[in-house]
Amino acid sequence: MLKQTEGSKAVAEAIALCRPEVICAYPISPQTHIVEALGEMVKAGELAPCEFINVESEFAAMSVAIGSSAAGARSYTATASQGLLFMVEAVYNAAGLGLPIVMTVANRAIGAPINIWNDHSDSLSQRDSGWMQLFAETNQEAVDLHIQAFRLAEELSMPIMVCMDGFILTHAFERVDIPAQEQVDAYLPPFDPRQVLDPAEPVSIGAMVGPEAFMEVKYLAHAKQMQALERIPQLADEFKKIFGRDSGGLVRTYRADDAETMIVAMGSVLGTIKDVVDEMRAEGHKIGVLGIISFRPFPLEQVRAALIKSKRFIVLEKSLAVGMGGIVATNVRMAVTGSGLRGFTAIAGLGGRAIPKSSLHKLFRQAEQEKLEPVTFVDLDWDVVNKQLEREKQNRRSGPIAENILFDKGMSSSAKFG
Amino acid sequence: MFQIRIHGRGGQGVVTATEMLSVAAFEEGRHAQAFPSFGSERTGAPVVAFCRIDDKEIRLREPIMEPDALIIQDPTLLHQIDVFAGLKPDGYVLLNTHHTFETIGLGDFAKERDRGRLCTLPATQLGLKHVGRPIPNVPLIAGFAALSDMIQLASVIKAINEKFSGKVAEGNIAAAAEAYALVKEQMKEHAHA
Amino acid sequence: MSFQPVKFYQTGTYTVGNRLLAPDERSVQANQMRGNSINSGHRACQGCGEALGARYAIDAAMVESNGQLIAANATGCLEVFSTPYPESSWQVPWIHSLFGNTAAVATGIAAAMKAKGRHEVRVVAQGGDGGTTDIGFGCLSGMFERNDDVLYICYDNEGYMNTGVQRSSATPPAARTATTMPVGPEPGNVFGQGKNVPEIAMAHGIPYVATATVADLRDLEYKVRKAMRMHGARYIQIFVPCPLGWGTASHDTIRIARLAKESGMFPVFEAEHGEVTSVLKIRNKVAIGEYLKPQKRFAHLFGKHAHPETVARLQAIADRNIRKYGLLEEETD
Repeated sequence: MLKQTEGSKAVAEAIALCRPEVICAYPISPQTHIVEALGEMVKAGELAPCEFINVESEFAAMSVAIGSSAAGARSYTATASQGLLFMVEAVYNAAGLGLPIVMTVANRAIGAPINIWNDHSDSLSQRDSGWMQLFAETNQEAVDLHIQAFRLAEELSMPIMVCMDGFILTHAFERVDIPAQEQVDAYLPPFDPRQVLDPAEPVSIGAMVGPEAFMEVKYLAHAKQMQALERIPQLADEFKKIFGRDSGGLVRTYRADDAETMIVAMGSVLGTIKDVVDEMRAEGHKIGVLGIISFRPFPLEQVRAALIKSKRFIVLEKSLAVGMGGIVATNVRMAVTGSGLRGFTAIAGLGGRAIPKSSLHKLFRQAEQEKLEPVTFVDLDWDVVNKQLEREKQNRRSGPIAENILFDKGMSSSAKFG
Repeated sequence: MFQIRIHGRGGQGVVTATEMLSVAAFEEGRHAQAFPSFGSERTGAPVVAFCRIDDKEIRLREPIMEPDALIIQDPTLLHQIDVFAGLKPDGYVLLNTHHTFETIGLGDFAKERDRGRLCTLPATQLGLKHVGRPIPNVPLIAGFAALSDMIQLASVIKAINEKFSGKVAEGNIAAAAEAYALVKEQMKEHAHA
Repeated sequence: MSFQPVKFYQTGTYTVGNRLLAPDERSVQANQMRGNSINSGHRACQGCGEALGARYAIDAAMVESNGQLIAANATGCLEVFSTPYPESSWQVPWIHSLFGNTAAVATGIAAAMKAKGRHEVRVVAQGGDGGTTDIGFGCLSGMFERNDDVLYICYDNEGYMNTGVQRSSATPPAARTATTMPVGPEPGNVFGQGKNVPEIAMAHGIPYVATATVADLRDLEYKVRKAMRMHGARYIQIFVPCPLGWGTASHDTIRIARLAKESGMFPVFEAEHGEVTSVLKIRNKVAIGEYLKPQKRFAHLFGKHAHPETVARLQAIADRNIRKYGLLEEETD
């Protein structure tokens, strides 16, 4: 049913349609609205039989999900930012044990300095945890990806994070088509676990594994993600047959056919990029877009195929590998190894910094002319950066950096918009 | 695409106002996108929220920096932040006050703009009168509907019924209707002035 | 099963074995049909108190749940010695996730069973004192506070034995560990630290809290079975001497556990909804020295450079336990 609703609410409805059996929740912005909505549905008895557990930490949230998934229950949780980091040990454990938990990550920056706004640092920090990671461009896609995620996770017996931009998507009201229960039931069969804790057939799960077998177990996790590279497009096709929508898949291109310059990005910023590309196309620029939906597994082949005909590409990413540059960019460059393509990295939108069209117009034009540094920090305020560097040069006891920067900016952060 | 920015304070239903605007536009078969400025939730703190309305899918995710319309829920913000920043020259302004633009100190501002697109509305009083709470958001979006004709009062009422029920819905609908009528009346006066 | 004539082979104890009891009153371990939940062949050290305690506890839980039991296990000795890949001693469905999350994993299993309508399946969580009183404490407290339907069993050997005998918050004052060496003016673990998790558990108001030792295995079985007949969050802390970590003789595990109880160092009691409901009285009170002396971890308190004042401080702790829990029989006129 088509409705105008909040992203979090829409995702909660999608999860509900997937017939979850155990949901555990710990509050952290900006994912709270999702689990609040689910909690209300469980409390009202709409999701029976489903257990909703208010845990004491994100570490416990993932641990409860580990227990319930291992006991054969379809298990869901949601988190963001510090919460994801707080559960990291259990995040790796869930993947290592091969438990098909689905988790929404409402992408948010990582502190310090503490910041509640959107970027992709949180989930990207978990890129090697063994979880698959799918990034939604719109709230419609967030809804659809969750439904696909349960199917994929349970088929492969591996966990999946569905990543949606915190606030930008989670708190945005927009048009979303919420599927019918029959559609979801036709797409998503009941959970048939590969391993289950059951007194009728006792198994030990989680034994210590020594050097003689550890590499094989790890390789198999990799092999599963390689299988996912094949299954993700197939599951998107099947999804389209039942739901009538193009959603998911590994990558998606936009106006890329004769593009000489390709913009690569993930998540909701793709919308703004497409608007800019339309405007530039209207002026005759040969520019196109590559959106990456599946960050793990990373579709090396598809990314290469999408870029290889262009002359250059720029990866615009909401994350920073400190001391290195881009995280997504590093992966993309791996895909085009040996192609001779010029590649640029643009770090943008960290900690919720707005990514306006005007900045993208400028950036993309510079990229076209290959007048960019290998790594560009979009809309960085060089004045305050240089001022702080100078302060540190002049004064040993230069004080806390974030507070100095705020002082120099002369802002009370809440009084600004944008 | 038509872009609306609402300024207010935490607790005044600023975010809800943009959401209801988007629902009203959706009810008319249009595409709409509402989103807050995502600050921490503190009562009384300045809050900004945004709403875009278009006839095609809205992909843009930047904050609204050049609004076609401004709704200001709290006139004390005028002294605190530049609420008019980026407002288009022919943009609409709806200000919650029982004053006029002249008596609240915006006479010079008003002189430079099309008076047919400026309006004040005692929305807090309307909220108190009809709902019993000093929440100005619903009267203001109804007032905006009257000022801009971007959406119809009937759609605002649909959005109210989606958000509220029972007595609260009734009160809000009454507040919306009176706000709509008051603004239309003012518009008429300006047209004749 | 036919009765055999009673022969009092044992001396110096209060037990005469199962043969005096009617079959239905006999211990779980006396039954040939016991669950053998932790089968033989595991890699525990000789004289391991934890292996003994776990065997009794889980078999008792199996009886009460009619074999419908799932166990979650913290990282630690029990986990490592029971599941050397590709072997497993566990005859019950068993999961090990992490060191600090066992209570939460058990909560998840219980939630899954509830959602699936399998109300007959019961859940135990188990861990050592490190996994319970330190790193797993947050998850444990959360499980208590929500009153999740889990029996948590802590095998308390008063330190991190799996990693090489380091101090935990359950290590007693003055004890030598790898991180509280018997050097300096106050050798061994410091006084005034550590936490009493059974009492903290009681403060959550959960239905059942108990302590037990491997010296009183009938009492241990009784408490596990009682706990399994209840629902909600339950906690049992079992005192399990560690020959390797404590420097005690392998054949002395039971004796050391008994001395801990008889000296008052380890009070054995039950509590329901935060109220103490019974205590196991001291039968033959012993001075603290008798408990400490057989353990190398306290060796620095005796001998050439003895610390009688430290021994006195430990005695004071035991005396406080005796007063607080009423561990001695009332004097009668």
